[in-house]
Amino acid sequence: MNDGTSSPGTRVLGALTLIGMAVLLAFALVISPADETQEETVRMFYVHVPTALVAFGAFFLTVAASVGYLLRRSEGWDVMAGASAEVGAVLLAATLVSGMLWGRVTWGVYWTWDARLTLTALLFVLVLGYLAVRRLPLERERRSRLAAVVGLLLGPATVACHYATTWWRTLHQGPTITTADAKMDGTMLFTFFLGMVVFGLLYVWLLVHRFRVLWLEHRVEDLGLDEAIAERRREAVGVS
Amino acid sequence: MEPAVHLRGAVSLLGRFPALAGVDLDVATGEIVLLRGPNGAGKTTLLRCCAALLPVTSGEAMVLGHDLAGLTGPARRALRRQVGLLAHATGLYDELTVADNVAFWARAAGADRADAEAAMTRLELDGRLRDVAVGRLSAGQRRRASLAVLLARRPALWLLDEPHAGLDQAGRDLLDGLIGDGARAGAAVVLASHERDRAESIATRTVTIAGGTIVDDSVVGAAPPVATGARRAP
Amino acid sequence: MLRDAALVAGKDLRLEARSRVALNQVAPFALLVLMLFAFALDPDRGILARVTPGLYWVAVLFSGLLAVQRAFAVESTDGVADALRLSGLDPAGVFLGKVAAVAVQLLALEVLLGLGVVVLYGADPSSVALLVPTCLAATLGLAAAGSVYGILAAGLRVRETLLPLLLLPVLAPVLIAATSAFESALGGFPGEGWRWLGLLVVFAALYTGLGLATFGVLLEDG
Repeated sequence: MNDGTSSPGTRVLGALTLIGMAVLLAFALVISPADETQEETVRMFYVHVPTALVAFGAFFLTVAASVGYLLRRSEGWDVMAGASAEVGAVLLAATLVSGMLWGRVTWGVYWTWDARLTLTALLFVLVLGYLAVRRLPLERERRSRLAAVVGLLLGPATVACHYATTWWRTLHQGPTITTADAKMDGTMLFTFFLGMVVFGLLYVWLLVHRFRVLWLEHRVEDLGLDEAIAERRREAVGVS
Repeated sequence: MEPAVHLRGAVSLLGRFPALAGVDLDVATGEIVLLRGPNGAGKTTLLRCCAALLPVTSGEAMVLGHDLAGLTGPARRALRRQVGLLAHATGLYDELTVADNVAFWARAAGADRADAEAAMTRLELDGRLRDVAVGRLSAGQRRRASLAVLLARRPALWLLDEPHAGLDQAGRDLLDGLIGDGARAGAAVVLASHERDRAESIATRTVTIAGGTIVDDSVVGAAPPVATGARRAP
Repeated sequence: MLRDAALVAGKDLRLEARSRVALNQVAPFALLVLMLFAFALDPDRGILARVTPGLYWVAVLFSGLLAVQRAFAVESTDGVADALRLSGLDPAGVFLGKVAAVAVQLLALEVLLGLGVVVLYGADPSSVALLVPTCLAATLGLAAAGSVYGILAAGLRVRETLLPLLLLPVLAPVLIAATSAFESALGGFPGEGWRWLGLLVVFAALYTGLGLATFGVLLEDG
């Protein structure tokens, strides 16, 4: 037993993430050029889009793990679903905040009632609801079962949110990478992919730690079960 | 013939509390087992485990030929359909009439309207009370309505939690008659009761539970009593 | 499964016929919402005409929430939850039965609210061809999603607060789509509305499917 939830693997992962963040900052703020139309504000893009995409990925993992739990009823899937949703919620919060700042600069307002923004905000609330279900004071097995269904139901919302820009042609700019490859400068494209990798690493790093913490919380709950049974049986002494 | 209930080292957790801490119990069909013990001994938990309403965390648990571990949807439903549970709560919709309630639960379990009518007649609910909303009945009348539902569902395993509570003298006699008839018809009956004299007079066996374990399991040897109610179910 | 659904739906409608909670409490509440909006927005017909579709569906959404809460409150009292699990009813049948009963009550409510917006807000309901299927699809979606989250929250002590938190964000697409469909129908350009109707149909089908698949898990709960 060591004292924390880290292992050699996660230490390497953590170091890579931190170094990656530093490199990403350098590329995003200094090395990559300003955009022709968006000018300096384009730098927001390297945080905004990777956090959004990684958050969507995190929620898909929650959905998949929820299905896994419903099929197998094994604790690992349940813990995985919860850990992924927590980290995803943090990333999605970063997406919303960076998006609002970016919106203030380019559109002049923090918020517009565009389909994608609205759906993303709703997705965030849904995830908060999911996390609320996970904290209900219930027997673990029952809570896991309820959470798995709510987690599964995050699926349609995540999909709708992800494809909102395609389905409703709105104010929000479309999926830049797939439609406008030619427009993007090589360095910008590299910075974007670097952002994806770094936020991906950050996600995995945090996920592993959250998974281990939640797992240990369950172990603590189990601790002393044999003792509790023995104590319960002692109540019987003297009754006949 | 295999027993209706077969438990070996059954443990059941309520949260982290082991309400059952290793129970060994067999109940044969036609038996009337009285479960007694102090408050908090695990009587209600044991009944709920037998109804597959609470999971048995470890140990062996067979009920009506179904292994409770790994019981899945359709099998669990088939088992539960054969279980009649009379608990502290009525399990009835307060705003529906007695007749509507009994008919709904009977038909849900695959019985028909005739079963429901017969059960209400047997519990003497076929008169004025028939069309009264359950929420407006007295506690004893509600208990009779719950019993009518149990009877109409024709369960193979009767699980009765303090069945005498709230019933008047006539109601208690009627209940004892029903239990005897049920056991003679091949149902296994487990009843938890503090009313030692009355319950022991109908039980074929008395089991004492304390601290989530069986501490005494003795055969009383009384024959199931003959029904005393004036009217009989067809 | 359909037999069980009919049994449950019949029981729920009978319960409503006896208790009249939807009629005596939910329906007046829905009308009250309409009136309050009109007051709050200053009864200038110009504004009201523009926001009628949104107000209508917000009123439906809130009163639908009450209807769902009521429909599942009766299943969680006094041992009924246990009785339901012991009943032997097919969970998918219970789900369909609850959805049907909630949907019937919602449709009645929508007709009432429809009369309300015609009389109070002066809306022109002539594009029936679009309005009626929109109502049907939106209602099915509301009832299906509502039933999934309704049973999920039913057994919990925090159900009154948890249900809106879980359900309202999920129902937002229904609100948006039904409002947009109504806007185009009432605005006299129904062509636009069919796309939104399609979205409502997809939503209803999706949540009906999810409900059928997960109701067993939610119901076996204990």
